[in-house]
Amino acid sequence: MMKKMFLQAFASLTLLVSGVALANEVHIDVKAPIKMTDKASLQRGAKIFVNYCLNCHSANYMRYNRLQDIGLTDKQIKENLLFAGEKVGETMRVSMNPKDAKKWFGAAPPDLSVEVRARGADWVYAYLRSFYKDDTRPTGWNNQVFDKVAMPHVLYELQGVQVLDHETHTLKLEKAGKLSPEEYDQFAGDLTNFLAFMAEPAKQSRYWIGVLVLLFLSVLFVLVKKIKTEYWKDIR
Amino acid sequence: MANNNKTIAAGVLDWVDARFPLTSTIKGHLTEYYAPKNFNFWYFFGSLALLVLVLQIVTGIFLTMNYKPDAELAFASVEYIMRDVFGGNIIRYMHSTGASMFFVVVYLHMFRGIIYGSYRTPRELIWLFGVGIFLVLMGEAFFGYLLPWGQMSYWGAQVIVNLFSTVPFIGPDLSEWLRGDYLVSDATLNRFFAFHVIALPLVLLGLVAVHIVALHEVGSNNPDGVEIKKHKDKATGIPLDGIPFHPYYSVKDLVGVVAFLMVFFAIVFFMPEMGGYFLEANNFVPADPLKTPAHIAPVWYFTPYYSILRAVPPIGISQFPGVVAMGLSVVAFAFLPWLDRSPVKSIRYRGKLYKRWLTAFVISFVILGYLGTVPGDVWGQFGPWLGGADRATVVARICMAIYFAYFVLMPWYTKKDQTKPVPERVTY
Repeated sequence: MMKKMFLQAFASLTLLVSGVALANEVHIDVKAPIKMTDKASLQRGAKIFVNYCLNCHSANYMRYNRLQDIGLTDKQIKENLLFAGEKVGETMRVSMNPKDAKKWFGAAPPDLSVEVRARGADWVYAYLRSFYKDDTRPTGWNNQVFDKVAMPHVLYELQGVQVLDHETHTLKLEKAGKLSPEEYDQFAGDLTNFLAFMAEPAKQSRYWIGVLVLLFLSVLFVLVKKIKTEYWKDIR
Repeated sequence: MANNNKTIAAGVLDWVDARFPLTSTIKGHLTEYYAPKNFNFWYFFGSLALLVLVLQIVTGIFLTMNYKPDAELAFASVEYIMRDVFGGNIIRYMHSTGASMFFVVVYLHMFRGIIYGSYRTPRELIWLFGVGIFLVLMGEAFFGYLLPWGQMSYWGAQVIVNLFSTVPFIGPDLSEWLRGDYLVSDATLNRFFAFHVIALPLVLLGLVAVHIVALHEVGSNNPDGVEIKKHKDKATGIPLDGIPFHPYYSVKDLVGVVAFLMVFFAIVFFMPEMGGYFLEANNFVPADPLKTPAHIAPVWYFTPYYSILRAVPPIGISQFPGVVAMGLSVVAFAFLPWLDRSPVKSIRYRGKLYKRWLTAFVISFVILGYLGTVPGDVWGQFGPWLGGADRATVVARICMAIYFAYFVLMPWYTKKDQTKPVPERVTY
């Protein structure tokens, strides 16, 4: 009886936890190649972010010197990633005024510090790969996972120009860019990987602390269980 | 010293005892508080709730040291805690996980009370204090959820405060008074912060204290629902089936504590968002009063009541009936001691009829909880023969009917139930 009830309660809990599917307008079918331990990929992503994104998008909660976590030294950060005399302890700000940005683009570019936590890495990866030419839009660009997006395709020189086949709802490369499709996927993957790192820089370290904590608690569990059994011997 | 054998420690203890009831309090509540010896798994959750309360207070104190209750700074200060404060991410995750685990533990604790009839005479007041704790806890969770100042914080608060504006006549003024502004704003954030960090925690601690004092006055119930005080040792006056809380239950609860912490820290370190249930993805977008999210869902522990709110059809344009139904669905627990007419307390000796009702109630509660997390059209619509109604809404209405029937019909079905004979002493 008791066991059954416990199982019922447990089943209902797991039911609550498993069926997540929060409504997303677009179905994302490609998984982002996230690999938090791939320092080379993260470093490439950091460089891409600083070169291509950080002119309009800020990362106001991310400090440059946090890039030490992905294996860069302060000197490397200063020489390769700081262009406008920022200090290495500062956060990744942009000088663009949000009001101007709104006037120019129709929407202020969002801060990207925690974008991956808000949208998910798969969404970001798909977004970066889903721009297509659309002459009905003011920028001339549209995006399959973010319809009527205000942002133009900043990376089109690399990816090339895609067009949307309105019947099959698939994207076709109309004009090749500097990178092959495989190279561009890796490029977008590295950037997504870095954005995922930036969304929670302490993620890796909490994993190994977690392992230690659970190991400690497992040992403690055996001990308290023994104490309990010892004390309860005389109860019958 | 008159007595040379007396140690210094004992002397100090005597000195204190002459001025403060230290020894007698420890005896009354721990070493000579006799609890039934047949507590099972379900009896861990009382002490675990106390543990989570302490965790929340301690982590909350440390969060307050770096959090800024200011609409301009709040979101950034949380990220500051996550990135720049030493151990801040762990403290924050402990607090956010603690909020959800508080409800997990409290729901299981309440379920224990329901299945073993812990609310029955003479424990009605314990139960009422408990319902009070539950209500304050909901308030505490609600106020706290605004503080990260993300989109879900903001719009969740907007929705809940707007519920008060459905009250006839005074509604709009009432919700404005609660917000301190025409919409959720810096003023709202400031007052919610005050409620969250001092007002409600004080009430909560007071209620927990009287909950425990009342419990220790009448003694604990047990899985058999029999009173251990009916059979006492003639010489000592100690219940025959009772054992001192300390050391027996203190060491036993320690096992529960460590097991709980293993689950707790597994969540904290490996899945703090719990797939969007403990930390919602949309709450990583800063609050924007001009951009309403497409789908506003409360955190999981509120969703059964939120489902009920949505399931009740409006009268005219007034949503007030739904608000009343939601309020009743929470308060209904307070009436259990007077609704239950069964001659037995524990589910072990109840008949099939009650068990079926309880099962139906639990299933309805879980379905309502699930439906509250998803949009109303999640299961599509019925065909034109049912007016094209949302399937999920119809299911929610059926579940709501069962939910309320469990309470309203309880006097009838508990009396009619074929109960089994209750043993004189506990089974161990």
